Amino acid sequence: MTTMRDLAVKYWKVFDLGLQNTFVYRWNFLLRSIFGIVPLIGTVFVWQAIFQSKGAAINGYEYSSMIFYFMLTVFLNNLITPTEDEWQIAAEIRDGKISAYLTKPLNYLAYRISLYLGYRLLYISVVLLPIVILAWIFREHLRLPEHGITWLAFAASTTMAALLQFLIAYSLAMIAFWVLEVSTIIFLLFSFEYFLSGNVFPLDIMPAWMQGFIRWSPFTYELFFPAQVYMERVQGAALAQGLAIQTGWMLLSWVCARVLWSLGVRKYQAVGG
Amino acid sequence: MRRYLEIYWLMIRNSLIREMNFKANFTLWMVVEFLWFIGQIVFLEVLFSHVDRIGDWSKWECVLLVGTHQITAQIFQAFFYVNLAELPELIRTGRLDLMLLLPVDAQFAVSTRKFGMDNIVNACVGVAVVVFSLVQLHVVPQLHQVALYAVGIGFGVSVHYAILFGLATVAFWIVRAQGLIYGYFNVFNIARYPDSVFRGLFKIIFSFFIPVIIVANVPARILARALESPWNGLSQLAGAALFIVLAVRGFWLFALRRYSSASS
Repeated sequence: MTTMRDLAVKYWKVFDLGLQNTFVYRWNFLLRSIFGIVPLIGTVFVWQAIFQSKGAAINGYEYSSMIFYFMLTVFLNNLITPTEDEWQIAAEIRDGKISAYLTKPLNYLAYRISLYLGYRLLYISVVLLPIVILAWIFREHLRLPEHGITWLAFAASTTMAALLQFLIAYSLAMIAFWVLEVSTIIFLLFSFEYFLSGNVFPLDIMPAWMQGFIRWSPFTYELFFPAQVYMERVQGAALAQGLAIQTGWMLLSWVCARVLWSLGVRKYQAVGG
Repeated sequence: MRRYLEIYWLMIRNSLIREMNFKANFTLWMVVEFLWFIGQIVFLEVLFSHVDRIGDWSKWECVLLVGTHQITAQIFQAFFYVNLAELPELIRTGRLDLMLLLPVDAQFAVSTRKFGMDNIVNACVGVAVVVFSLVQLHVVPQLHQVALYAVGIGFGVSVHYAILFGLATVAFWIVRAQGLIYGYFNVFNIARYPDSVFRGLFKIIFSFFIPVIIVANVPARILARALESPWNGLSQLAGAALFIVLAVRGFWLFALRRYSSASS
């Protein structure tokens, strides 16, 4: 009989496997994080020039808080953004490797989440050194939250952002059950994600008529929202509302992932059997 | 030389036929690239809703710069990107050996296998944006400016080529390093920004040794600023391009000498 403990042990093994796999790619990680510094420094220079010619704050951002915002996005991206997961899942479906999982007493989604967590943990530990160096270079811009509760809200919103990012990537990979070549579709969504999650600039400097869309868009909650929480730019009722919307998107993407998987497997077995 | 041109023409024709077999995918790729470009324009639109200058660059000068970067990057990607991006995989699987046996220069063989038609379409979008921003700037470039602009783009494409080729060549030592290819996009991320925002050591490194900053800035200045002399910028770009292309060629030959195939 399967107890909770056995389950935990099983997925812990998978988590460990994710760690080991990823360790093979440590060069890859190091290179990514080192090259990632170049655009960050470029961004710093551009905002320096912008604040020089503006001579005032932009929607509540000073030069210093703007730089800190970008530092936060770099940290969050390294911590939670899935790097290879959707490609691997799509490849496993396309190459028929998932047959091996279907016959095992294993929930593929849980298996994949364990792998993802393993990857992320190792990734962040490999790139921690470059991040610490970067933080030291920009130390004068770093800020700690004023209220203790912010840490809690930040931890919650970061965890949900991670799950949201993963579940969207996972659902996207499910398309491989129906379409042979998924890379274009992955990139198509990625281009929206990239701009609308706050990678290029903080979303609240966008014009007022965009703010309604930004509040409800799922992309906001993949990256921008946790950063806002940490910077204490959303507080009180707005914070509660934000966390509620984020929870909603996370649950929706979870349902989406489950439904697409079961539809996909049905189609897969119909073809194979 | 003629033989190389003939071989190259065959490669291009082959890739076109191959791409036309996957029309939907081809169109989607075009849309993806187009979206990225729109994203950059939106970024500028948001920035310039708060300021009216970045460094000494006005809004439409910045749009012209982004358009110029688009043209250069897309021409490079049409001719070389896929080929160079696949080089690490060729090395890893040992398929590179096959290409080394071909009776053509190995660098030519790995650089020119596939051609991306969708990128040419996107380069044309870049041209349209450049023309549109010239209209907004009320600038009518003279013929010699356009000619020098085209020459500048040519040097720019060779810088793109050298940087990605150099990065891909590192794969002889580091197996499975997709991060190298990401490095190309990361480094060229700063090519779209006005040169006057950069300072210090960063500016020196990325203007002379890894001349990313000047790739789009020099041609854009030639077109937008008729009063500035084009020769300083253009000779800097030419010198830097020549330097990096030769340096990377040397690196590639060095790597090949040390290479002893994936299987042995």
